[in-house]
Amino acid sequence: MIVAQAKPIEDIIAMIDRYDKIILAGCKACVAVCAAGGEKEVQLLASALKTARKTAGREIEIREVTLERQCDPEYVEQIRGFAGDYQAILSIACGVGVQYMAEHYKTIPALPGLNTSFMGGSLEQGVWSERCQGCGTCILHLTGGICPVTRCSKSLFNGPCGGSSKGKCEVSPEMECGWQLIIDRLKALGEFEARFVELFPLKDWSTSRDAGQRKIIREDLKQ
Amino acid sequence: MRLDYPTNVKIVRVPCTGRVDDVHLLKAFEQGMDGVYVAGCLEGECHFLRGNLRAKKRVGHVKRILTALGINPERLQMYNLSAAMGSRFVEIAREMTEKVRALGPSPVTTGKGREFVEEQQEEKKQ
Repeated sequence: MIVAQAKPIEDIIAMIDRYDKIILAGCKACVAVCAAGGEKEVQLLASALKTARKTAGREIEIREVTLERQCDPEYVEQIRGFAGDYQAILSIACGVGVQYMAEHYKTIPALPGLNTSFMGGSLEQGVWSERCQGCGTCILHLTGGICPVTRCSKSLFNGPCGGSSKGKCEVSPEMECGWQLIIDRLKALGEFEARFVELFPLKDWSTSRDAGQRKIIREDLKQ
Repeated sequence: MRLDYPTNVKIVRVPCTGRVDDVHLLKAFEQGMDGVYVAGCLEGECHFLRGNLRAKKRVGHVKRILTALGINPERLQMYNLSAAMGSRFVEIAREMTEKVRALGPSPVTTGKGREFVEEQQEEKKQ
């Protein structure tokens, strides 16, 4: 899922200061699962913003909506009927959702309520960890199912580097060395000899962010 | 044990403090309550094992939100007592009433939350 976390409430209060009538839009997809932008978070943030306004002796009207997804046009269009009655849309979806709101409602400012962080999963309740950087060329079949792009702080392909010590990365004593994990895993799978001796060629980063904004077109699905 | 507790205390019954959500606490403040306290079972004695511990964490979270909103977090408290502690219940109700009375009316009703935020910022600087 896309993992995000709430912006400090003071920042959001400052962001909406000049508006008195806003839409607060949550998303029922990734950000709901990581407890940052679902229906419940919409309720909490709306209540917090209204309370903040009252403590400042002002009022704010907030229309609370939580869309199925904010990354699909048909769902974003669901607020079309009343969007024009509001001064701004505060979206607590990921960055994609905020941008979709901006693209669809051109005359209404779209504001982000979250800081979108990474693609990852939950380790336990309340703890999330990064797993994928979307580099566009997956090599997990060669590295024991552990991603060197994400788990190695330097995204090395022929690691580990000299900063690896007792299984930890020099970046932080709590951070595991991605390459130590890969080697341990390959050994456990009995694939160490076969895989680790081979050098990875230079990675073509053009499938990653290096070639600019990416787009996928599936001719079989496209209408 | 015919004990009186202050009439300003309004009781909202929940099956377990584990049911108390951040939104419930915040809504009370939004609607102008001067103070809110959660009365849970003694720690380690939750019938549902962790309900009161969950509530404690949520109270802590909402206290942080209140501070950011310009409301003194002292207005929100969590107490732990058993169903057999009637006199303690009264004591807490009186204690909380006194505490909130000393803090005065909620900034939600007075519209003077900025002062608290500025005080906090001053304290941080010092």
